[in-house]
Amino acid sequence: MRNSTRTARRAVTVAAVVALGAGLLGGCAEDSDEGGSGSGGGTKDGQGKTVIQIGTFGVFGYKQAGLYDAYMKLHPDVVIKEDVTERVDTYYPELLTHLAANSGLQDIQAIEVGNINEIATTQADKFEDLSKAPGVDKSKWLDWKWAQASTKDGRTVALGTDIGPMGMCYRKDLFQKAGLPTDRGAVGKLWAGDWQKYVDTGKDYKAKGPKGTTFTDSAAGLFAAVNNGYAERFYDSDGNLIHKDSPAVKTAWDLAMQAAEGGLTGRLKQFDKAWDQAYANGTFATVSCPPWMLGYIKEKAGKGGEDKWDVAAAPKPANWGGSFIGVPKSAKNKAEAIKLAAWLTAPEQQATLFDKQASFPSTPSAYDMPVVSGAKNPYFGDAPTGRLFAEAAKGIPTLVIGPKDQQIGTAFGDVGILQVEQQGKSPEQGWKAALKEIDNAVDG
Amino acid sequence: MRPYTDQAASSATGDAAAAGPQQAAVERPGGTDRRRLWRSRRYRWDIKYSPYAFVAPFFVFFAAFGVFPLLYTGWSSLHRVSLAAPNDMQWVGLRNYTRLLEDEFFWNALRNTFTIGVISTVPQLLMALGIAHLLNYRLRASGFFRVAILTPYATSVAAATLVFVLLFGRDYGMINWALDAVGLGKVDWQSGTLSSQVAVSTIVIWRWTGYNALIYLAAMQAVPNDLYESAALDGATRWQQFIHVTVPSLRPTILFTVVVSTIGATQLFGEPLLFGGASGQKGGASHQFQTLGLYLYEQGWFNFHLGRASAIAWAMFLILLIVAGINLLVARRLRKSQ
Repeated sequence: MRNSTRTARRAVTVAAVVALGAGLLGGCAEDSDEGGSGSGGGTKDGQGKTVIQIGTFGVFGYKQAGLYDAYMKLHPDVVIKEDVTERVDTYYPELLTHLAANSGLQDIQAIEVGNINEIATTQADKFEDLSKAPGVDKSKWLDWKWAQASTKDGRTVALGTDIGPMGMCYRKDLFQKAGLPTDRGAVGKLWAGDWQKYVDTGKDYKAKGPKGTTFTDSAAGLFAAVNNGYAERFYDSDGNLIHKDSPAVKTAWDLAMQAAEGGLTGRLKQFDKAWDQAYANGTFATVSCPPWMLGYIKEKAGKGGEDKWDVAAAPKPANWGGSFIGVPKSAKNKAEAIKLAAWLTAPEQQATLFDKQASFPSTPSAYDMPVVSGAKNPYFGDAPTGRLFAEAAKGIPTLVIGPKDQQIGTAFGDVGILQVEQQGKSPEQGWKAALKEIDNAVDG
Repeated sequence: MRPYTDQAASSATGDAAAAGPQQAAVERPGGTDRRRLWRSRRYRWDIKYSPYAFVAPFFVFFAAFGVFPLLYTGWSSLHRVSLAAPNDMQWVGLRNYTRLLEDEFFWNALRNTFTIGVISTVPQLLMALGIAHLLNYRLRASGFFRVAILTPYATSVAAATLVFVLLFGRDYGMINWALDAVGLGKVDWQSGTLSSQVAVSTIVIWRWTGYNALIYLAAMQAVPNDLYESAALDGATRWQQFIHVTVPSLRPTILFTVVVSTIGATQLFGEPLLFGGASGQKGGASHQFQTLGLYLYEQGWFNFHLGRASAIAWAMFLILLIVAGINLLVARRLRKSQ
């Protein structure tokens, strides 16, 4: 009896260990099964439909705009699955490690504009060349958008999705109290063509505007907005670092310093909690505004900001943000993925995305479609956002992006400028700190 | 290993051979014999190897997720390697380490780690000791209080920190609102060096005080009650009892919590990262609250310098070894003095 219980117990333990081990092995096996080329190299779900996996970050809006549903209706044999990572700074390192290990990649991978150069220069051989893919027509995209995802030898690693042509959002009520015009045409004319005029308007605002409010949110925001209007800011077209004496950085830095030292800013860091709270409390009058920012303002400023915000043209055309989607070479459903990527980035779908999610198309032929050209934003006093941003999009230069663009931008914005703006250091100290930071970031 | 097994096996065969003929006389020859032999061999194997099989999962996982990363990190620290191409390693010898010696960001992070460690650990342990002492007295609803002090520990770092970020906000934070209300004026918590470090420490203190208090409480309950009774008979006040009875009896426990807290402080990461908000890996505009953990993260996952990040990781490891060594000396000294 005793003996038999012991045997039984042992049997249970062994079974448990085996089950555990099998589970682990099974986990691996399942993965490699998917990678294997069972039938036509694709992943099928239970009903024999092809599963296309798409990895994105933040809110891409494809799902929300109903684009997946529309595609699945057109292709009944396809199922689209989206895997969303909230923040791009978690998403991108993960994508890089997956690319290096050549596993864990989705059929379609989204890439942020700040990372596209690194992907195009260091990872191009891991992505399909989409320039000659069926249904893809280079001439449909803005030249500069297409160029950013292309390699020197003419391969295109990813297709452009949205872009971020900048306008300038402003508070009508605060402008009125400061004795400035409130009509969006007149406001645009205040600073048309020159960022210095924008800063000068800020000085007027400071003199006459309501107490407890500032002209703009942050000097770093201004710095980025000015920089983004140049073709070369941190790198020249040969890939050399020029941040120390490029005219773009110099102009942007001087303007940012004027704003910081002149008390024109709310001394905020963009995307911090305090920034959101400042939107809710309406304590700054202007902020540079790509289309996606309109949604952000609406969410953060809420009911209290309704009919108070409006959007005018920025001093100079510039781009802030936007993404790409690419198909890794080791994608399981390559052909299907390429088809889907081409469809998602076609002008019609980009127009739909703008209509539903305010992501602005990177394909100019979408600009004449009624959903774009006739678009008005009720929260912003029925501003004709479609026409306004289309106008801005056409003037944007091809921005040269380098591998460490993000790090350099952060070093200037979140170190150099913040030291002056929030910690009361001199512009020279801030500049030196930023350069030291960049040296450390660039040197591997 | 091999010869021993062979020997064991052959001796087992020998046994069976010796026992064999007698058995065979009683029962049918051959089969039973072999079966018994097999069973006894299995039995031996069971005794000898089963324990290894049972502990094996731990060692397998430890090797895969403990030893291998440690060694691989050491290997990467001798290379120039980017996260964008982790397989493309370029040998640089000890360059990553020598560079740390003159890297002012590293020294700044080390200094911050130390100061934040001190201003979070010292008040934390003192408060924990005091709270444990209070809880050790007979009081109403003691079970409730014991659970209550542990609740901060049960909340996630992220949730706790995000709440503290709001509390410590410059323009709309509750702490500044209170300071302003009593006429002390607002503090820009995140911008100042000391103020930001105090704010980060507050989060750490809030989360870990209850945890340490419970450990102290457990140790206190092992202190014989007679000691307190006789001390009370001698006319010792509660405070004197605490100083002369409780604290000396708790020495080993205090040492343990100091070591654990020091390790925790050296690895401090989540609180300052989230306290910094957007681009929190920098630990403030002038890195005023960037800890070693944050600097490692910034180098590896923001600047993509995996080699340098690995070198920082190993430097942290060495620092912890030194701390452990100091602790060992102190512990020995304490034991002797007792």
